[in-house]
Amino acid sequence: MNAREKAYVRPVDFRDGRVDMSHGAGGRAMAQLVDELFLAALDNPWLRKLNDQACFAPPAGRLVITTDSHVVTPLVFAGGDIGSLSVHGTINDVAMAGARPLYLTAGFILEEGFPLGELRRIVESMAAASREAGVPVVAGDTKVVEKGKGDGVFITTTGVGVVPDGVEISAERARPGDAVLVSGTLGDHGVAILSKRANLDFETPIRSDTAALHGLVAAMVEAAPAIRCLRDPTRGGLAATLNEFAQASGAGFRIRERALPIKPEVHAACEFLGLDPLNVANEGKLVAVCAPDDAAKLLAAMRAHPLGRDAALIGEVVEDPQRFVQMETRLGGWRIVDWLTGEQLPRIC
Amino acid sequence: MRYVDEFRDGTLARGIADRVAHEVRPDRSYRFMEFCGGHTHAIARYGVVDLLPAQVRMIHGPGCPVCVLPVGRIDNAIALALQHRVTLCTYADTLRVPASGKTSLLRAKAAGADVRMVYAASDALRIAREHPQREVVFFAIGFETTTPATALVLLEAERAGLGNFSVFCNHVLTPAAIAAILEAPRGAAAPALDGFVGPAHVSCVIGSAPYEPFAAKYSKPVVIAGFEPLDVMQAVRMLVRQVNEGRHEVENEYTRAVTRGGNARAIAAMAETFEPRPTFEWRGLGEVAGSALRIRDRFRRFDAEARYGIVYRPVPEPKGCECGAILRGAKSPSDCRLFGTVCTPENPVGSCMVSSEGSCAAWYGYGRFRDAARTA
Repeated sequence: MNAREKAYVRPVDFRDGRVDMSHGAGGRAMAQLVDELFLAALDNPWLRKLNDQACFAPPAGRLVITTDSHVVTPLVFAGGDIGSLSVHGTINDVAMAGARPLYLTAGFILEEGFPLGELRRIVESMAAASREAGVPVVAGDTKVVEKGKGDGVFITTTGVGVVPDGVEISAERARPGDAVLVSGTLGDHGVAILSKRANLDFETPIRSDTAALHGLVAAMVEAAPAIRCLRDPTRGGLAATLNEFAQASGAGFRIRERALPIKPEVHAACEFLGLDPLNVANEGKLVAVCAPDDAAKLLAAMRAHPLGRDAALIGEVVEDPQRFVQMETRLGGWRIVDWLTGEQLPRIC
Repeated sequence: MRYVDEFRDGTLARGIADRVAHEVRPDRSYRFMEFCGGHTHAIARYGVVDLLPAQVRMIHGPGCPVCVLPVGRIDNAIALALQHRVTLCTYADTLRVPASGKTSLLRAKAAGADVRMVYAASDALRIAREHPQREVVFFAIGFETTTPATALVLLEAERAGLGNFSVFCNHVLTPAAIAAILEAPRGAAAPALDGFVGPAHVSCVIGSAPYEPFAAKYSKPVVIAGFEPLDVMQAVRMLVRQVNEGRHEVENEYTRAVTRGGNARAIAAMAETFEPRPTFEWRGLGEVAGSALRIRDRFRRFDAEARYGIVYRPVPEPKGCECGAILRGAKSPSDCRLFGTVCTPENPVGSCMVSSEGSCAAWYGYGRFRDAARTA
């Protein structure tokens, strides 16, 4: 009888162990890591089958698919880590079509030597984010690269969702007269990350805003099904998102600096680093464009949701063949809000 | 945020704007140069010109440390990193400046050079301490704002007897540059300047006194101003008054930070470590006598120029690039044929398009919608 029981296998050493090349080689070590880490944390009926793919019946409506790679440094930051970020980021990309996210897949690229304990914390954080959002990770992949050829952990997630019929949300739909709204304070994520970069390291109470926005989007779509554009202003910040809308729609955008929700701590950190908060990344905010008549009810719906409490009407779409995004400054003058150039680097003078 | 928000207040700005509009004479124009890139940036970023009357014209000056650095000095820095294989520590803005042969420090880094971005001179010193087996060079650039920090690392390197650290000194001097602008022939297309908005941070270090000789010599008013938009507007108002009253004095709008004598400790540290160079090439201004600093003999072993036998070779400006005339205030960015087409912040041809304090980058990033409005 004993012979039929599973033979004892020494468990993965999450206390002192490190990723080695065997964890990606397709042998027993890899199977064990999948079993004791990924399956244990992300557990769901699709993963449990241990197939190379997940099968599901497509629901009614149009399918949405998106993919996003996450290479954040540092891997753990105030308010989140690469695990939760990789879940939220992809859910948000699906949700910005007005879609209900259904499933995620995750690809891990691990660097040889990375502590298994840290990896477990990241995967558990991913699992918690996925459970909280109600969007399971149904397929995955793990590869290991030699030491020096990665930066600890890279995670690529793919998301599938479904858009209800009648919802048409797309960047080119903005038209002159439309209202522009943001769901909350700008720049929190970027400042939380920058404050932990090796050679900056300043103290700030700012936490990353990383969050899954599909619940907020569902409430918005219900309040105003004719929303024209939605996008989460991640890398490049609000400035990049508005310029993308302007390019796609052929219209200009005018916003008011006074109307922008920015936390005083973020404002202070940007001042002292010489950064423009409009270029700083967000991971739990969205920008919405809607017809002027929908603006009031959309804003009310956003403010009624916990992730949209600080939502604000920040400007409007205007006719402009040059497709400029312009801002009336606090001072009362006007300026362009341009794409970020190069990397975000501090000024010296 | 205190000391910031009140200097960007729209209501106060309208108050000053109304007074300036009331005080300018309708029958004349006022051409003021803001020397510093910090002012250029503030004017563009807050749309200050929208609040000034049409008679007041702001001309951008050469006070952008990255912009005035001649290409040959960047070539020298790249050679240090690529040929001498040193660890080159540099301020961020310098990384993207185009050098000879389509290179830049950023491209040298991609090609394997050990180039590190630092936020402070002391970071370079720290890197030298942490990597005793590496030769570490700090690429020191900037006006009197950044010079004291370089002086302090030289003093610290001497005290600690660091054997693997040196400084490639490119520090330049503000008063000499302002005098050079006033001496330069301006031509019919660029009428004379009526006054200067004087530097903010530089003046915190050197004080307001060093501007007095040339305010008297060239009969030009100077108003030292902070880098916030209301500082600039108040300085414009003070300049308009001086012009109207026929005065040419050095006035200080930035009294919350600048004194007549400056920062004595910083001045002493600079005097201990640096001495004037006989001459130095500026982008746009050419060779200007007594306009830059070199490391004193006492610190020779920390002087990268001596240590690596650096030879400076002037490099001609890229074809069509108007950075020179723009830095002298003789042309504005949109006068350049390359502006916004061949030369953009993503693919800069000239240095003025690189730093956010450069006139071209500021106009491109904040103000170019006004060009469209003019031609429409």
